[in-house]
Amino acid sequence: MGMRRYSMFAVAREALRFHAGWERAWKSPEPKSHYDVIVVGAGGHGLATAYYLGKVHGIRNVAVIEKGWLGGGNTGRNTTIIRSNYLQDPSAAIYEKARSLYEDLSQDLNYNVMFSPRGLLMLAQSEHERRGYQRTVYANNLQGIETEWITPQKVKELVPILNIEGPRYPVLGALYQERGGTARHDAVAWGYARGCSAMGMDIIQQCEVTGVRTEGGKVVGIDTTKGAIGCSKLAMVVAGHSSVLAEMAGFRLPIESMALQAWVSEPIKPAIDVVVMANLVHGYMSQSDKGELVIGGGTDGFNNYTQRGSWHHVEETTRALVETFPIISRLKMLRQWGGIVDMTGDRSPILSKTPVENIFVNCGWGTGGFKSIPGSGWAMAELVAKGEPGPLAAEFGLIRFREGRFIDESVAAGVAH
Amino acid sequence: MLILHCPYCGVDAEESELAPGGEAHLKRFGPGSSDEDFEAYMFARKNPKGVHFERWRHAYGCGKWFLAARCTATLEVFGTYKAQNPRPHPDIVAAVKAKRPGWEGWK
Ligand SMILES: Cc1cc2nc3c(=O)[nH]c(=O)nc-3n(C[C@H](O)[C@H](O)[C@H](O)COP(=O)(O)OP(=O)(O)OC[C@H]3O[C@@H](n4cnc5c(N)ncnc54)[C@H](O)[C@@H]3O)c2cc1C
Ligand SMILES: [Zn+2]
Repeated sequence: MGMRRYSMFAVAREALRFHAGWERAWKSPEPKSHYDVIVVGAGGHGLATAYYLGKVHGIRNVAVIEKGWLGGGNTGRNTTIIRSNYLQDPSAAIYEKARSLYEDLSQDLNYNVMFSPRGLLMLAQSEHERRGYQRTVYANNLQGIETEWITPQKVKELVPILNIEGPRYPVLGALYQERGGTARHDAVAWGYARGCSAMGMDIIQQCEVTGVRTEGGKVVGIDTTKGAIGCSKLAMVVAGHSSVLAEMAGFRLPIESMALQAWVSEPIKPAIDVVVMANLVHGYMSQSDKGELVIGGGTDGFNNYTQRGSWHHVEETTRALVETFPIISRLKMLRQWGGIVDMTGDRSPILSKTPVENIFVNCGWGTGGFKSIPGSGWAMAELVAKGEPGPLAAEFGLIRFREGRFIDESVAAGVAH
Repeated sequence: MLILHCPYCGVDAEESELAPGGEAHLKRFGPGSSDEDFEAYMFARKNPKGVHFERWRHAYGCGKWFLAARCTATLEVFGTYKAQNPRPHPDIVAAVKAKRPGWEGWK
């Protein structure tokens, strides 16, 4: 238990003794035979769930089980866009909860997650988009979320490298969230992991869950590549593998797993200090601290678990962005990668009880769940601790698919990053 | 790039000529069915990590819908067959079994 805090003094102290005193950020224990709660999946959402279970609800006999390495799923593969300018009220509530937790997450975790609220623009490049985003601005104002509609001239001021004249896709304005931005994805996972470990929770990596044990309709434990482990409650937080885990427990989810890709250019001097999303052409871009332009596009259209996407998406997205940012036309692209995203029909997440008692799911964040990690963990911890959803999770239950109460963000967001 | 053989026009079509259509062989439930059945028909997908039967349209070719058996864990294609088959064609089932001896079969 306990962890040494990171601080200026710690840096100075270690500098004087050849950095011999840094300890591992989290422990790697062997699994115990039973836990109050097992969280499957050490991505951001799983780790944040465990963290707030301990911090807010005092439940600390918790294990987080991960088949690979922590943060190695979508959490370590995403383009790190953070925003809360969604259309529907339940979305706005949970995404803004997350965004506001990001504001002082580094202090809370004592771990620098490099939250950078540098401003985020969603370009309107068609009349339809213009109307849609103006509607979102009105909705956001009613929800208490600070966004504004800005003119093409203001867009040009904020992003001088942007060609607002078109010719194919002229910029008609933008939905602007001044406190949107980015954070360091790995650090978010690592910071939460360190916080969990410090509370005495077990993070068990290289341990795949292979089965779910139930008795009389209730969960009693799991089978893993490190043997059977008992639990009173089970939280499945495995993004692209949610259908696989659900099948182990005998139910299905309204989820399809698909590849989503991102890529980065060679590093260049600072050229763009905001995040720009051009949803009409399915492309978005920001610049990393290393100087690389970080670019992402849309998902493939077919079921896929390989973490590899189709080449033509890279080509189409880059081609479209070159029209909007002519100066990138000669840049070499350095690296490309993919993640498996968990898509729901209404493009909204699922935080829910399941047909099996004491099993809870958190999934369906699809292409846009990095931004929501703190809020999702917060709401999921409440759901797991109390057995019933609190206000943030209430609308995101599985029951909405039976009742036709969708939280439609697919029309509202175009692409949802 | 994914390449699927169109069983209608005989072209080996590249992915950019094709439009994906999701899980194949869904049993339809409409008005009068139970809420559970309707919900399952609409939303509850198998989404397996492994053998998957799915619909594709040769959108920029002959325009026809056809079916394919593919592995979502490796992207291997087992074969394609015509959309008139209410369940996977026996030849396709045999082709899958030959490559995935442990496969449980289509349910
Ligand atoms: C290319 C790309 C770009 C993206 N861009 C953005 C963006 O700009 N902004 C944004 O907000 N979101 C973005 N996203 C989405 C975001 O990355 C995800 O929604 C989010 O990271 C999901 O986190 P998670 O913790 O649910 O899942 P993950 O981080 O995928 O974690 C799930 C974990 O479960 C583990 N697991 C799976 N099966 C098992 C098993 N059987 N046993 C044990 N462990 C298991 C996996 O190994 C994995 O580590 C992007 C995604 C991708 C792929
Ligand atoms: Zn054809």
